[in-house]
Amino acid sequence: MKKVHDKSPLLGRSMQGAETHGIKAKDISQGLGFLLLVLCIGITLLFLGSIIYFISIRGIRVISWEFITDVPRMAMTKGGIAPAIVGTIYLTLVSISFAFPLGLACAIYLTEYSPKSTAINIIRLSINNLAGVPSVVFGLFGFAVFVNAFGFGVSILSGGLTLGIMALPGIIATSQDAILAVPQSYREASLALGATHWDTIKRVVLPTALPGILTGVILNVGRVAGETAPILFTAATFYTRGFPHSIFSEVMALPYHIYALMTEGTHPDIQTQIAYGCALILLCLVLSVSAVAIVLRQRQRRMYGK
Amino acid sequence: MENEVKIKVENLNFFYSKTHVLKNISLDIYSNQVTAIIGPSGCGKSTFIRLLNRMNDLIPGARMKGQILLDGKDIYSPRTDVVELRRRVGMVFQKPNPFPKTVFENIAYGLTINGLKDRSFIRERVKQSLKKAAIYEEVQNRLNENALMLSGGQQQRICIARCIAVEPEVILFDEPCASLDPISTKKIEELILELKNDYTIVIVTHNMQQAARVSDFTAFLYLGELIEFGPTSKIFTVPEKKMTEQYLAGRFG
Repeated sequence: MKKVHDKSPLLGRSMQGAETHGIKAKDISQGLGFLLLVLCIGITLLFLGSIIYFISIRGIRVISWEFITDVPRMAMTKGGIAPAIVGTIYLTLVSISFAFPLGLACAIYLTEYSPKSTAINIIRLSINNLAGVPSVVFGLFGFAVFVNAFGFGVSILSGGLTLGIMALPGIIATSQDAILAVPQSYREASLALGATHWDTIKRVVLPTALPGILTGVILNVGRVAGETAPILFTAATFYTRGFPHSIFSEVMALPYHIYALMTEGTHPDIQTQIAYGCALILLCLVLSVSAVAIVLRQRQRRMYGK
Repeated sequence: MENEVKIKVENLNFFYSKTHVLKNISLDIYSNQVTAIIGPSGCGKSTFIRLLNRMNDLIPGARMKGQILLDGKDIYSPRTDVVELRRRVGMVFQKPNPFPKTVFENIAYGLTINGLKDRSFIRERVKQSLKKAAIYEEVQNRLNENALMLSGGQQQRICIARCIAVEPEVILFDEPCASLDPISTKKIEELILELKNDYTIVIVTHNMQQAARVSDFTAFLYLGELIEFGPTSKIFTVPEKKMTEQYLAGRFG
């Protein structure tokens, strides 16, 4: 150990040679650095693990077949949360079918067609800034535009569109990355065979980029599916008698249901337990959506033989 | 052998924004002959060959002066259909670039984008093209495999087959063997000699021996200027210019 404090560490090291494996200053520094990194990863994983652990432990108690498939009864204290699960799935489907085509079209334009100009840079910047807008602001926007101005009312449609807009910047960004990652040599090969630019995009660029694009869409929609604020004023309601009838019905949704269970009602202790159950279901939904994205990414890697 | 002019290049100048890349180049490319473009790195070989099927249209800030005539028609005239031009003047690139699709889909690509639907016709044409590119034997049982699973040399021959499938009149080779091993290179060279019966061929190469082996005409470019152009046999034995002689002797480049 004392070698480390030697005034001439270089000399000390060379003298030790191969005979002993003494601890050197460099080794300690490297060891500490490594330890620090491992510690940081450990802390991060600890948070993730404890979220899953606590939600599971508390949520699993209330989960039963009835909880997943039945409607709420007895002022939310009995029955299940099926309408909220279905509502969240509907909202997600509406947001995907709105945000996917729109976001993809924007990404194609920005990467394949847009001329390099100040205007385009401003557009790019605006899209990125859209990602930074707080979710409750999206909620108010959706309320003003979809609920009132367009007259969709508080409905699946209004909420799905609001969630879709929120997912747009992320979808555009990931789709752009996926399109830009398609080697230029593929485009050249296609053009050199007498394909038009549009043929090339449709037949070569998009199929190659598709797994990356889908991954981005799924991750971003999965992210907004768990949002509460955007559906607060646009879609969600605490209680419906049954399942939604059309896209103009208001719905129960898992994130909002958790919020409502924790803040409203007359049986806080039972409601809290149910809220944990809802949280666990929501977590499972979002994680399984991410799992789909991971599988897609793996398939993409295999396609390139990597 | 009748030497009909297929492509006529007249007073060609090319600029990347301010850089003058090609300087006043004029030469004739004869049909059913192999014309090699040689010269050191950065002399404008690739730029030149990519002008012949307007691949440089994609580069922002590029400017061109002069004329390139294909069968007497200016390919840079506003009336030219670029898509049709590129179907007639095919290209094989430096790095093999098959699409991440099956071997079959790669070859059929050029046919289907041109609107062909007849499955049996496409299948027959794919087979012929693979045969012409001397790769059919190797891949006949792997037509439904991803083309990226093949070796580099096989991929390059797939790219040649893909190019042949649309029946071009001219095939441009931009250093087609640059990333290949000697055996694959030999196969591609034999193939080029075979292909010149049906197509007009222009090949850019770094490799002087390759130019001597495969070409009928050779153009020597240096710093964007055409130093010498003529029959390969003459350029390699009795070059007119001192500079050509020095380059071929390996004294610079």
